[in-house]
Amino acid sequence: MKHELPQLPYALDALEPHISKRTLEFHYGKHHQAYVNNLNNLIGGTPFENADLVDIILKSDGGIFNNAAQVFNHTFYFMAFKPKGGGKPGNKLNDALVHTFGSFEKFKEEFSKAGATLFGSGWVWLVADSDNKLSIVKTSNAANPMCDNLKPIMTLDVWEHAYYLDTQNARPKYIENFWEALNWEVIEKRFENL
Amino acid sequence: MSFELPKLPYKYDALEPYIDAKTMEIHHSKHHAGYTNNLNAAIAGTDLDKKGIGEILANISGQSAGVRNNGGGYYNHDLFWKLMSPDGGGEPTGELQKAINDTFGSFEQFKEEFSKAAATRFGSGWAWLVKLSDGSLKISSTPNQDNPLMDDVEVKGTPILGLDVWEHAYYLKFQNRRVDYISDFFEVINWTEASRRFHS
Ligand SMILES: [Fe+2]
Ligand SMILES: [Fe+2]
Repeated sequence: MKHELPQLPYALDALEPHISKRTLEFHYGKHHQAYVNNLNNLIGGTPFENADLVDIILKSDGGIFNNAAQVFNHTFYFMAFKPKGGGKPGNKLNDALVHTFGSFEKFKEEFSKAGATLFGSGWVWLVADSDNKLSIVKTSNAANPMCDNLKPIMTLDVWEHAYYLDTQNARPKYIENFWEALNWEVIEKRFENL
Repeated sequence: MSFELPKLPYKYDALEPYIDAKTMEIHHSKHHAGYTNNLNAAIAGTDLDKKGIGEILANISGQSAGVRNNGGGYYNHDLFWKLMSPDGGGEPTGELQKAINDTFGSFEQFKEEFSKAAATRFGSGWAWLVKLSDGSLKISSTPNQDNPLMDDVEVKGTPILGLDVWEHAYYLKFQNRRVDYISDFFEVINWTEASRRFHS
């Protein structure tokens, strides 16, 4: 099965001023595309050649895992933005966040802190366990919480390539901007479909 | 005792056109300064307060992530600045040249193998040319701010050459093209300093 770069549901300049067109040109157009290309090249002639993406992530390691997980992670990240995004989640997810973290603001603070303190390259996730209990986890490099039996709901890319053109070393500023571009309808739907 | 941000041995624009002034300025005054400040915060009030960075790194396995990450970041960047020079580039001479030829076959083969280690390090990290305890040379790479002086890394020894492949080291100028950054690094390598380290 040939993996493809998904079309974005917005134009590359649509997330300005929170995430720049230039950042998306590289992040989506070069990095995300390269993970797709690398994955297709690596799985040829292996047992993963016809497997679906999640299956590959759960069963592979090394270069195939890194590229497969990065394809998934970036799609999951990019699909949860929209122009004029931001604000707060809808009632169901909001109630669950309040139940787990005390308030939406506390969730936001804890999630942002996880992003600011992740050392090196990686991702921050809002996940649900098998009882649909919510928590925030950090993963290094390409790692994905599905490998730990956790279901991802939203994610933040804190590889430096996600923000270096826009905010350089100021990762916390990027994380503030991230909240302003979120598409809570998409995230809410993921939560409802758990 | 607290650690101080080491001064750059040249101006921010001295490595142009290979490494741009803006990258050098942010890399030194923000990233390296951040590691230095965070290292000081991590060791404040502990028995590490009186130890040198070499001793801290040689016993890193028992330390916190804060000491490991920031101690590594403090040391690695100081080393990195010294291993570059506006008069750099070219090839090593003397005994280091001979050791590189004996180990890798030729300077070109060394360059290829070192560049590959730097290009294939997934995520953030460093590529190294290391002198092992028996005097031989080896190329390695480490994640994040780990380095060959740490007691629990796979390839331990004296770093002769180190290349930062965190995206912050090249993203403003090269974006996703890490391989172009790696080949430009070879134009500014301070082989005099690398030779000095090889003999020490
Ligand atoms: Fe990314
Ligand atoms: Fe660096």
